[in-house]
Amino acid sequence: MTEPAIFRDSEADLAFRAKWFANRLVVYGVLILWAFICLFPIYWTITTSFKMAPNVMQGNLIPWVDFQPKWLGWRSLGLSPDTIGAESTVRDEFTKRFLNSVITALTSSTLAVGLGSLAAYGLSRFSYRFAWMKNDDISFFFLSQLILPPVVLALPFLVLYKELALLDTRIGLILLYTLSVLPIVIWIMKDQFAAIPTELEEAAMVDGLGVWGAFLTIILPIALPGMVAAFILSLVLTWNEYFFAALITSTHSNTLPVMVASQTGSQGISWWSMAALSAAAILPLIVIGIFLERFIIKGMAAGAVK
Amino acid sequence: MSTGDLLHVVTSDSLSSGRKTFGRALIWGSAGLLALVAVLQTLQATGAADFGFANWRPTLYAYCTWAVALCWAQVLIRGEQGKRVLFVLPAALFVISLTVFPLLFGLLIAFSNWNLSNPDGRQFNGMANVIQMWSDPFYWNALLNMVWYTLAIVVEYAIAFGLALLLNTQIRARKFFRVAFLLPLMLSPVAVSWMIGKSMLEARFGPLARLARWFGWENPSFFGSPEIAKLTIMLMDAWTFIPFMMIMLLAGLQAIPKELTEASRVDGATGWHSFWEITFPLMLPVSITAILIRIIFKLKLADIVINVTAGGPGGATDTVTSFIFREYRDRSNVGYGTMLAMFYLVLIVIAMTVLMKLADRWTRPRT
Repeated sequence: MTEPAIFRDSEADLAFRAKWFANRLVVYGVLILWAFICLFPIYWTITTSFKMAPNVMQGNLIPWVDFQPKWLGWRSLGLSPDTIGAESTVRDEFTKRFLNSVITALTSSTLAVGLGSLAAYGLSRFSYRFAWMKNDDISFFFLSQLILPPVVLALPFLVLYKELALLDTRIGLILLYTLSVLPIVIWIMKDQFAAIPTELEEAAMVDGLGVWGAFLTIILPIALPGMVAAFILSLVLTWNEYFFAALITSTHSNTLPVMVASQTGSQGISWWSMAALSAAAILPLIVIGIFLERFIIKGMAAGAVK
Repeated sequence: MSTGDLLHVVTSDSLSSGRKTFGRALIWGSAGLLALVAVLQTLQATGAADFGFANWRPTLYAYCTWAVALCWAQVLIRGEQGKRVLFVLPAALFVISLTVFPLLFGLLIAFSNWNLSNPDGRQFNGMANVIQMWSDPFYWNALLNMVWYTLAIVVEYAIAFGLALLLNTQIRARKFFRVAFLLPLMLSPVAVSWMIGKSMLEARFGPLARLARWFGWENPSFFGSPEIAKLTIMLMDAWTFIPFMMIMLLAGLQAIPKELTEASRVDGATGWHSFWEITFPLMLPVSITAILIRIIFKLKLADIVINVTAGGPGGATDTVTSFIFREYRDRSNVGYGTMLAMFYLVLIVIAMTVLMKLADRWTRPRT
């Protein structure tokens, strides 16, 4: 420490403080570096969507300083201020995909949270016997679905859906998505229900409620934060899902990731429009991430600590 | 919990025999309906008769009716006990009908030659797919790649642990850092593959290529040679999934009682020592859970590969999933693809069982 101190510190204290400062410096340095690594691609995408071709070539980074932001990328999507009122086939296309994504993600998450919470509650309170399967086996059966890679189900589903006329429909996607997030929901919710003391339901039943009455009126409100966590986690997963959507949808029900991916294939020069499309696809999730972060963390941490 | 219900309910169900009979009739009636529709449709499919079905939907509807009837009948027949079954039964039926049935169907497809665009339809071809798989160098290459990708988890784990430790210390703006660190996980892999893979890593104007040039790499090409391409895919996947492990580890760290670390400090353990002797052993169960889940997710890795490199150069970045995806896209051969997927599933189940057994042994407290 070279700066003059008002109070004279002893040699040992000075060494300690220097060490402390160095420590802080390293900690914040690493944290800021990693935050930069995490945020830069998002920043890059959003700024690129306002760039013109020469800005991209020159690698300009900071808007208004390096380059003048233009609505070019958003105009090609029909979402810039001057085109928002006008007819735009691209925008219609985009809105359709966006709505498909919203509907499939919301419906499948709701279904998964509904089915999963019921199952998790049942498994945490009662003992079952289905044939040779006891509670632990049933739980394991549900959770083992997590191991199943989507590719194993993809082709059989493709053929089945073709026979059932479910190819390229939202219902088909919703069913698959619900299936894929159900194990995660059950995992989170089992943890939640296990943390709620059974005395609550016992008291409710003494007061005359049935099993379902106690569950719906007493337990559900308590478990609501956990359910929200599970819901948001499944929302994120289903919104981002690409593999199934790419395989079983073609024109009517393909989701936003499929649209983004189909544009990447034919990419070349129109960086700004790709950037605008990508930005539009990730923005809802960034908003969710910023405002509902604690729910996501709660959901993911649920299984970690027993 | 196999000893009995956690929630004891004493009920005096007095179910009339009429109600029970009605319940049984409901199950068997709907099952009969399902069987009837299925038989009729099979007859039509084999060409024995024509009932004018456009597709197999009627069977699906009959199946749904049967499932609903089964659930309802549980309450009718078994009263209070049935109401409890009703908690688990819908989810179980859902999962069984959407996994077990397609899996069995998949087994059938796996042993056949089936090109969807071929009007002849499915042809049973015995072990031909297995033989083809055995001598398919690209498939084995993809499996080997999966091993490499999975090994990369060790590095991801180390980074995630480091970040979790940092977030667990006394820092300002913790919320900002947590949100910033979490964001990559929220982004769709497809968008990530464009954002990073196609634009930031673009060899001429991408900011990362510029950075590489600034560091003295003359001609940065991130997907040129097989090793570098594989490394780039690993890095991109790590970028998305490190937050996942980090959050699980952070939750584990926060659950460690403060007294333990304080006690170790009193005993003179500092920094590195206290980490290896106290924190790391305590974190072992959480770490193993996080790594196992991460492995499960890693084994599904496909989106980034499909969109950025499409498996190239020369299959160096292929994962099993992306390989099967292309195999289907290029030749639309459902049979061979399913065989590859089934074999992969068998490998995964074996590997995960071994891993879980090992993990169980490691985490069990030594006495």
